[in-house]
Amino acid sequence: MKIVKVLGNDRRHKVFVYALSTCAWCKKTKKFLEDHGIEFEYVDVDLCSKEDIEVIRSELERRGAPMSFPYIIIDDNVGILGFREDELKEALGV
Amino acid sequence: MTGLEEAKRRAESDAKSRGYFLNPDTSFLNDLLAGLVENERRYGYPSCPCRIATGKFELDRDIICPCDYRDADVEKYGACYCALYVRKDIFEGKTPLNPVPERRPPQKQRAAISAAGTPVSVSVKAAEKPDVEKKESGAPGMKLWYCKQCGYVALRDEPPYLCPICKAKKEMFAEVKLELVG
Repeated sequence: MKIVKVLGNDRRHKVFVYALSTCAWCKKTKKFLEDHGIEFEYVDVDLCSKEDIEVIRSELERRGAPMSFPYIIIDDNVGILGFREDELKEALGV
Repeated sequence: MTGLEEAKRRAESDAKSRGYFLNPDTSFLNDLLAGLVENERRYGYPSCPCRIATGKFELDRDIICPCDYRDADVEKYGACYCALYVRKDIFEGKTPLNPVPERRPPQKQRAAISAAGTPVSVSVKAAEKPDVEKKESGAPGMKLWYCKQCGYVALRDEPPYLCPICKAKKEMFAEVKLELVG
């Protein structure tokens, strides 16, 4: 699975984004994190192999998350669905 | 190969015919159009850039742009799911644009994600033919197809290759299921 790490100065939280490479909301989410200097990792699900998507699917299901994107996981416990700037700001303390 | 300009022209003409507007944020709009162009290159049809597609036409049919959920979402939220199409008040900035919740049924989403992804070691199957439905009456195989772009309806075995009215591609046609009463 091709997980991309984007470096940033703000490493207070562990941030992981499930995204689609073609999705404008996902792009907005990544840009928001970059603009705020937040370090994060992401995977573009649409570019993954079948096997990897199966892993992602069961992971999202385990978390009770719907199969839509972007899905942002903060510190392994908070899940935010969609680019919701206010929720992201609050969860990330920016 | 469809380019950005062509994708934009197509979306603009469709928005106009429905009384919708395209997303006023130019860079966001260009990202969406680029996503549509990329999906058309990948799958042969412009499926929603913000949803996972499978490349299997029968599974993706409902999310080919303009998707089956657009009209209801624009009506309720002022924008379709990916926010390519927006209502006038959003276009004019009178109403803020928020993410639109997914209206596509979860079972369809699950089926899509289970079938998505590039196969690693599986040989490529021949183009899958959708199961032909058995009809009790009417000409065998004849179906009603409507163009999701302009509303043109045709009674044929297969959808028209091109819409004679708005020149939309075959993939833009969806089957109309009618129930005869009386």
